[in-house]
Amino acid sequence: MSQDTTVKQDEEGSAPLNLPPDPSRRFWIGTTCVVGGAAGAALALPFANSFAPSEKAKAAGAPVEVDISAIAPGGMRTVEWRGKPVWIVRRTPEQLASLSKVNGELADPNSLRPGYTPPYAQNEWRSREPELWVGVAICTHLGCSPTPKLETGAQPSLPNDWEGGSLCPCHGSTFDMAGRVFKNKPAPDNLEVPPYQYVSDTRILIGVDENNPA
Amino acid sequence: MAGEKEVETTGVLGWVDHRFPLTSTIKAHLSEYYAPKNFNFWYFFGSLAMLVLVLQIVTGIFLVMHYKPDAAHAFDSVEYIMREVPGGWFVRYMHSTGASMFFVVVYLHMTRALIYGSYRKPRELVWIFGVGIFLCLMAEAFFGYLLPWGQMSYWGAQVIVNLFAAIPFIGPELAIWIRGDYVVSDATLNRFFAFHVIAIPLVLVGLVAAHIVALHEVGSNNPDGIDIKAKKDKYGRPLDGIPFHPYYTVHDIVGVAGFFIIFMAIVFFAPEMGGFFLEFNNFIPADPLKTPAHIAPVWYFTPFYSMLRATTDDFTWILAGASVIAAITMFFKTKGILKIIVPVVLLLVAVSLRLIDAKFWGVVAMGGAVVLLFFLPWLDYSPVRSIRYRPGWHKWLYGIFFANFLILGYLGTQPPSDVFNLMSQIGTVIYLAFFFLMPVWSRMGEFKPLPDRVVFTPH
Repeated sequence: MSQDTTVKQDEEGSAPLNLPPDPSRRFWIGTTCVVGGAAGAALALPFANSFAPSEKAKAAGAPVEVDISAIAPGGMRTVEWRGKPVWIVRRTPEQLASLSKVNGELADPNSLRPGYTPPYAQNEWRSREPELWVGVAICTHLGCSPTPKLETGAQPSLPNDWEGGSLCPCHGSTFDMAGRVFKNKPAPDNLEVPPYQYVSDTRILIGVDENNPA
Repeated sequence: MAGEKEVETTGVLGWVDHRFPLTSTIKAHLSEYYAPKNFNFWYFFGSLAMLVLVLQIVTGIFLVMHYKPDAAHAFDSVEYIMREVPGGWFVRYMHSTGASMFFVVVYLHMTRALIYGSYRKPRELVWIFGVGIFLCLMAEAFFGYLLPWGQMSYWGAQVIVNLFAAIPFIGPELAIWIRGDYVVSDATLNRFFAFHVIAIPLVLVGLVAAHIVALHEVGSNNPDGIDIKAKKDKYGRPLDGIPFHPYYTVHDIVGVAGFFIIFMAIVFFAPEMGGFFLEFNNFIPADPLKTPAHIAPVWYFTPFYSMLRATTDDFTWILAGASVIAAITMFFKTKGILKIIVPVVLLLVAVSLRLIDAKFWGVVAMGGAVVLLFFLPWLDYSPVRSIRYRPGWHKWLYGIFFANFLILGYLGTQPPSDVFNLMSQIGTVIYLAFFFLMPVWSRMGEFKPLPDRVVFTPH
């Protein structure tokens, strides 16, 4: 029963200053607050959802076909895939030899950490064919694009026994000729090897492999 | 008419006062708001921050009239403002210089609060709203920096959004959600524009109002850090207080004049400030395939950016060691349930410092360095507020802290190198130790006796 009929009013019609809580209304006040609050919180979902990538952005991730015949040994090419730079490097025998030399200085020399290296690249070259390395040139630290430092020897921001690789200009992470990150640098992971496959001896398709159909 | 309220004013003002608390508001916040009479130049920066806020809003409105938040047109529309819109260069340079000067003024304003203990009881909420304003300003500056769509805009945003990707488990998805794309793109530019021109400014203005209401509720602190409300005249006015208007309104106009001399000198003669206010790389349109050879945030973020870079795998050993020492100390120093909870939490932190990537902890160090400020009122145990009455070596500590902050700021502008990295690590330890050890050092030493009344020499 509601309080309205039981509260004693004085002769002027004023209710007493301190009314005790009315139990019959308390329940419905609480219920209304909970249900209304839930509805209000649910209303945030469509707004939050509108932040996700649009259908147009999702569709933009088409595979890229690249002609690799023009890349000379020691040379490289940069192509854009899903808005990111992808490096295609044709390594010289010396550069390939440098890979085993630096193993001890790397954070993850065998590319065992998940998510950055497809199974067919989990080898000493991190590639399908030893010579040709394909990698996403986005630092695994905070997403800058590393600068190629293919020259060997002492250079600014690099060690004196530099064997060639790349340097991230933002926070100084260094990578070897297979995109493997050196120890004690801000980047935790090796550069990502994207899904790719050979369509002929001179052409590769980036964004597609046996596990990632186009 | 019955029920009408009593007012002293007559005429038009009386008509308004019957319907709106105009005169009473002016009295409460200006003509009968008593501020201590011993304010020095440090007290210019609060009102100057308000001035810059107004300047940024006004110049911002006029920039939006010509700017296009579209990845294909943004860079060109800024150049259009600079070259073709009549006076556009002036409005834009005022806005870009205003952004940097906002931080100059706010950093000085915060320094004042630190040295005179303006965050101490009962002004904790004034301080908390203030740190909230500082956070909003950082967000506002970050979102705004993407809009010119230059190389620095682009890669700066790429780095900062990727900070969120460092959060374990949800990070990568969260970063995509923030960008609205897999890389920084048109979608990102559009939403940052919305945040920069409406969302953050609304919050900012609300926080500024709360900051001032809270300040006027408890009254201003002063360089002596003593309470002026303890001694009042027979009318109930503080003996050492003077009405804000006209005394401090006139006083602040002097500050405004001085400020504008410096401000306009920068706008007209050095709007780029040697690459510190407007970075040279930002005059190159954004290129998603090429990071500039040297990227650094704008100067006001660099102290925190240094701490981000300092946190490498080796450095987490030092932080983990510090957590273990803190856990042992807390076990012996605290009583009751906290004796168990605090050390356990600290040990968990120490373990996770080694288990989770250093990348994540770099982000925590950078964010934590700002969030720590919120807790300042509860870290300081000194019996006096102002540095004037603290032991001499406290002044040295503050001196080291401020110098360290400036050095961290310098290091953040420089390309990475081993020596600078070591210096940033030492600097990060000094910054964190200053706050975390404050409960210990702030009560140590010989404090000077507080004066009865504020120290004031009439001119």
